[in-house]
Amino acid sequence: MDKNQSRRQVASMKQSLFDQGLLDEQFIQLEGLQDDANPNFVEEIVTLHYRDSSRLISSIEQALKERNPMDFNKLDTLMHQFKGSSSSIGAKKVKAECNLFREYCRAGNAEGCVRSFQQLKKEYVALRKKLEAYFQLARQVGPQETACRSK
Amino acid sequence: MAVENQRGHLGDKDGSGDPFPVGMRVLAVDDDPICLKVLETLLRKCQYHVTTTNQAVEALKMLRENRNKFDLVISDVNMPDMDGFKLLELVGLEMDLPVIMLSSDSDTKLVMKGVTHGACDYLLKPVRIEELKNIWQHVVRRRNFDCRDQNKASNEEKAPNIVGESSQGLRSENSADQSKRLGKKRKDQSEEEEEDGEGNGDDEDPSAQKKPRVVWSVELHRKFVAAVNQLGLDKAVPKKILDLMNVEGLTRENVASHLQKYRLYLKKAAQQANMVAALGGSDSYLRMGSIDGYGDFCTSSASGRISNSTLPSYASSGIFSRLNSPAGLNMRGISTSALIRPVQSQSINSSLNTLGNIQPSIFPTNQSSSLLHGIPTSIELNQSKQSNSPTGISQLNQVDLSGFTVASSFPDSRAAVNGPNNSLPCVPNNHLMLQGNPQQTHSPGAFRNQSSVRVASLSGESFDMGMCGPSNLLDYNRCNENWQNAAQLSKFPANSLPLCEPFSNDQLPPTSINASNSSTPIGNSPVDFSSRTRMTIPVPLDDARNELRCQEGLIGNIVQPSSYAPQQRWEEHKLDYNQNMSRPFNPVNSHASHSGVTSSMGHGLNQNNTICSNRFDASLVGQLNGPSPSISRCTEVEKFSSDIRLKQNETYILEQMKSQDGYMQNTFGTLDDIMGAMVKREQNELTLLDGEMGFDAYPVGSCN
Repeated sequence: MDKNQSRRQVASMKQSLFDQGLLDEQFIQLEGLQDDANPNFVEEIVTLHYRDSSRLISSIEQALKERNPMDFNKLDTLMHQFKGSSSSIGAKKVKAECNLFREYCRAGNAEGCVRSFQQLKKEYVALRKKLEAYFQLARQVGPQETACRSK
Repeated sequence: MAVENQRGHLGDKDGSGDPFPVGMRVLAVDDDPICLKVLETLLRKCQYHVTTTNQAVEALKMLRENRNKFDLVISDVNMPDMDGFKLLELVGLEMDLPVIMLSSDSDTKLVMKGVTHGACDYLLKPVRIEELKNIWQHVVRRRNFDCRDQNKASNEEKAPNIVGESSQGLRSENSADQSKRLGKKRKDQSEEEEEDGEGNGDDEDPSAQKKPRVVWSVELHRKFVAAVNQLGLDKAVPKKILDLMNVEGLTRENVASHLQKYRLYLKKAAQQANMVAALGGSDSYLRMGSIDGYGDFCTSSASGRISNSTLPSYASSGIFSRLNSPAGLNMRGISTSALIRPVQSQSINSSLNTLGNIQPSIFPTNQSSSLLHGIPTSIELNQSKQSNSPTGISQLNQVDLSGFTVASSFPDSRAAVNGPNNSLPCVPNNHLMLQGNPQQTHSPGAFRNQSSVRVASLSGESFDMGMCGPSNLLDYNRCNENWQNAAQLSKFPANSLPLCEPFSNDQLPPTSINASNSSTPIGNSPVDFSSRTRMTIPVPLDDARNELRCQEGLIGNIVQPSSYAPQQRWEEHKLDYNQNMSRPFNPVNSHASHSGVTSSMGHGLNQNNTICSNRFDASLVGQLNGPSPSISRCTEVEKFSSDIRLKQNETYILEQMKSQDGYMQNTFGTLDDIMGAMVKREQNELTLLDGEMGFDAYPVGSCN
């Protein structure tokens, strides 16, 4: 298959992620750290993130179930962690949802929290899928910046 | 010199040709694995040398192991095992390294908190590489700053300061200059210490030097540490430090007392590390240093955690030997021998060192190493502590305790010991006294010690009985117990320290002890740290009162810093003990103070002890005048014994403090702080020791 074509595909995929506001500058930073010593750095980080964050997601879900009363402090703390992790990979939209969620927490708005979290999960899952597809293709193509290694 | 070290790691020279910032050693701490990994990669990309850990306690451990291994620390704010700000403070106080905070939260309040806690920068996550490329500036800035200060300082060569014994030397030096001020300063320091111990007012008013009380804020302390590092801990003289720091309104006394505490603190921290291995780890010591960052520093010492750690060191009797050797340990007044106390007198710092030192010396003479074992450790503690004032105090206590324990253990042999060592004999003497060995005749001086020791032992027992409870009793209690066990001290009923009897040997008016014992249900009391102020120890000792007073004062003083409230009681007792013990040597007062303090610490165990100790002091003091060291030593001895058991450096510190009593007089201010710290430590330790109260452990056994 035409490597160039694949590479272009990968590139446009990435671009669309940016255009849609799913990824931000941080993702580019991570790519900048990728080199020969760390050829799959970005993918590793993203994988690590999803593994770690799924645990947080379920914790938050669990905490949201306690309605009377809702433990906003705990939710805020959990979300803070999740936000830090998400921002590390450059998940822009997810991060924005995190901020929204935390505001609801601070305001003590249980409904707002629940709603915001639903939205957040959607974004989270959507980005995850897209990134997985992206990396899959990227792996086939080889390192983007450097000379492409033939598969 | 620390400065050089700092510089060294950065590169060969400061300036051209220096590969720095390449190779700058960074320690990154973050509980989030992703953030940590990204951070690490970013830092590596900047060509820094990176070490990572996701646990703050692990980071602290690494830093404490070798402060010079790192140039910069980057830490997350929200971590599960420790608050990032707390880590920040600790690092700033203990290691004086630049710390950068990281958080994904840009809340202004948090940023402000970071600044007030001493962070040199606050970065938001996700961190960009551009920002990381510039973090080296913080290292350079600090280096230059310290350098500049140092240059200034080096110009004025201060008199040789002898750190170890030096505290004393410093003191003398200082005293020479400002003896008058010293007194006042000490008070100030005490107040300051108190404040520090309690409130740690470092956040506000970084340099409130104008006020009579100096608040050692984080910033101020940072400068202080930088100056000390530059000069090198051994050579750090208050005058030079003062010059290096270049802070308006700060006086030498302020610095001196702070230096004492700092030394103690460092010692404790070091001891802690050793102890951990030896004892099984009293982390608390290490923590001591950094109470709330700075606060920890003060409190740590107090907690006497050191005792634990220090104790093991004692075993190294090496220290003792050192102390002993000066047969005239007269460190300060206290015949060098047990004078671990001397530390106290000098300034808590000195005292601590002395204590540590003294103790060892004392022991060797007396006993067979067994006692010494206990003591040396304390001494070591003391020594290290000396520098750190707060820790110093703890150390003092510890030392004292050892001294005491030792004393107790030397029942008969001790007496002998006493003879020769005036200084040391304290311990043995006391020991004898406690033991009830009439033979104690140990030289008058020795006797003193004995009495003091006795007291300690008595108290120990009584303490144990009584004190055991407070767990924090500070090793002292343990010591007491040990003594009791070892010395077979007549079971002093918690209140009735039969010590009196043993003392009867001659010099010490044993009765006093008894009286004290019985009457002094010291119980936690008199020394109660609450009485921080000197000697509020209500020791019922009749005559010893005075001494106790002194001691109490010490204890009180010492106690103050430490906010070991619960333990204080005991500690106070212990202190009293220590004081008493040490007192014998020193003028009643001085002893009292020291011992009081130390006793308190150690007293935790025996409330009575305190009383007894107080008594001892009184008697001891009188008698000991000369051999006061013995008392201190006693504590030391006790310490050792207890050390073994107590590990509670705290008690040791107390002892030290006690011995210092004589010396402490002067250093109350600082001593208090140290004591406080020590007490705290001891308390902590005591708690640990409580179980161990069985002083039997200590070699004092020979006592019986």
